Amino acid sequence: MSAASERVHMRESLHAAPSLRLELDAATMRFGGITAVSALDMAIPRGLIAGLIGPNGAGKTTVFNMITGFYTPSSGAIRFNGRAITGLAPHRICKYGIARTFQNIRLFSGLSALQNVMIGSYLRRKSSWWMAPLQLPLVRREAKASFEQAMHLLERLDLADVADQPATALPYGAQRRLEIARALATQPQLLLLDEPAAGMNPQESAELMDLIRGIREDFDLTILLIEHDMKVVMGVCAHIWVLEYGMCIAEGSPDAIRGNPAVIKAYLGEEYDANAQD
Amino acid sequence: MTGARRDCLLNVLLIGLLFFLLHVAEQQLDAYSIRILSLVAVNAILAVSLNLIYGFTGMFSLGHAGFMAIGAYVCALLILSPAQKESMWILEEIQPWLAHLSAPQLFAGLFSDPDMARQLGFLCAVSLGGLAAALCGIVIALPVLRLGGDYLGIATLGFAEIIRVLIVNAASLTNGSLGIKGIPQYATLWWNYGWLLFTLYVIVTLLRSSTGAAFKAVRDDEIAARVMGVNTFYHRVLSFTIGAFFAGVGGALTAALISTIDPKMFNFMLTFNVLMIVVAGGLGSITGSVIGSVVITVMLELLRPVDSFAPGTRMVLFSLLLLGIILFRRKGLMGTREFSWHILFRPRRQQ
Ligand SMILES: Nc1ncnc2c1ncn2[C@@H]1O[C@H](COP(=O)(O)OP(=O)(O)O)[C@@H](O)[C@H]1O
Ligand SMILES: [Mg+2]
Repeated sequence: MSAASERVHMRESLHAAPSLRLELDAATMRFGGITAVSALDMAIPRGLIAGLIGPNGAGKTTVFNMITGFYTPSSGAIRFNGRAITGLAPHRICKYGIARTFQNIRLFSGLSALQNVMIGSYLRRKSSWWMAPLQLPLVRREAKASFEQAMHLLERLDLADVADQPATALPYGAQRRLEIARALATQPQLLLLDEPAAGMNPQESAELMDLIRGIREDFDLTILLIEHDMKVVMGVCAHIWVLEYGMCIAEGSPDAIRGNPAVIKAYLGEEYDANAQD
Repeated sequence: MTGARRDCLLNVLLIGLLFFLLHVAEQQLDAYSIRILSLVAVNAILAVSLNLIYGFTGMFSLGHAGFMAIGAYVCALLILSPAQKESMWILEEIQPWLAHLSAPQLFAGLFSDPDMARQLGFLCAVSLGGLAAALCGIVIALPVLRLGGDYLGIATLGFAEIIRVLIVNAASLTNGSLGIKGIPQYATLWWNYGWLLFTLYVIVTLLRSSTGAAFKAVRDDEIAARVMGVNTFYHRVLSFTIGAFFAGVGGALTAALISTIDPKMFNFMLTFNVLMIVVAGGLGSITGSVIGSVVITVMLELLRPVDSFAPGTRMVLFSLLLLGIILFRRKGLMGTREFSWHILFRPRRQQ
């Protein structure tokens, strides 16, 4: 390759990078003998709401754990905004702009709803621990800003009136929303939602769909969500990846996925029937 | 804002009242009672520092006796006079550089007032005792907490024993198993309660800040904390080190309060006492640790006569009483609640 064409190539890839928020490049995760995720390729452009579906144990949560740095992929690469984040510590990845919620809700039980959300602004602080006993103005200013951001988010997610309640005393649906509020407090660009509609009634999951679309607009987010509720997935996702036994068996628009025979056979068929009976 | 100003004023009044009571106590009480009052303060410092580590950051640590020993020895070696050191070190010759090191004498060159020099020397000695303990805290925390902290309990227990063995064997520094006697009793009521107020101020402001919230987040759910961008390793090391510092301060004050220290004194029972104060008061409650220190310190003194029946009866009764507290109030006296002026004022406003 000539130097000139190499430069052109580089410029193209530089140009291409910012429009892609997240890329998985043959990401593979093995645990001893089992391969939980196998050579998964994903490319999620900025602003997309994407879905990751598949039967239980297909490896979906493992994908999230690789993206957020809990697992270092056995092989393959993960890039965020064109920058390699493979193997970085979770708190570093969070700082770059990736936040998530958990399939099994993980709120801080000793803290109030408000304090849970305020933790989210902690990673962008400029002050240091020793400044607190000295009561430096910076500490007070940051505490005020953190409080205001948290209250704003709680209002946005309809949680303002339970701000002072212990987080784990809230009803289930409220806890799910609180996890989203807490994730948003880290000011992410990419939000990963692990089964956000789990345990919700149809009314609540309809509201959740509006919420997901709404926060995408308001916070200029890219969203990747894992979900079993097909109404939610088909309703909000513009692009869907389907995993089975750690392998991607299909990807495409909701319509393409709905019509894909492999998907219907592996997964959708039973799910749809199950949903139809609800 | 007016609420904050009110609380500040009330705190100042409370501290004023404390100083007044200390003044009265100093005038009226006998030496034995004053010593118990001092012990309450020292135990509160120790309990609050352990609560920071265990109750607020969720790290089960059994190293307090080790940190106290470091603080006590550093402080004692800094406030002993050269003459005392020369006559006391029998097992081995004292290290020459240490023989002439004396903080009060160092300050005597700077201040003409000998009492001023003594007090400043003591302030320095206690601070350095705390810093030495904090340094050891970092050294043990870095490798152990890298592994995730599951082995912290056993590692700190081992650490405290190692410190004891080192003290016995480094006789040219520590006078070995003979210990150190005649340590000047600089730890007056004022110093002990002054250090307690300082400890409370630092730890309470820290816990109320975002750093304190991060400690609690690490305690409640480590995985969620990491996802929220909290560097859990850093915060564990930080909390552990600050706790070790104040444990060292507590040890330093103990040395200058009881005037005799030896390696046997810093055994596991010492850690156990502090742990019991923290658990009885409430894991995650500073108020509980302070109340626990008062109750348990006084209780241990009141139970002292029962030891005349058979040695050890006191500890048996003590353990039973604690068992009772834990059975009937599983979360300790205070749970995770804290005293605040707000609680006192709220009911009146509602009427
Ligand atoms: N830390 C781990 N150690 C061993 N096996 C794991 C681990 N995490 C996940 N797995 C395995 O990987 C597979 C995929 O799990 P998961 O990603 O949770 O599935 P899903 O979220 O799609 O239901 C499962 O077989 C699970 O047992
Ligand atoms: Mg899962």
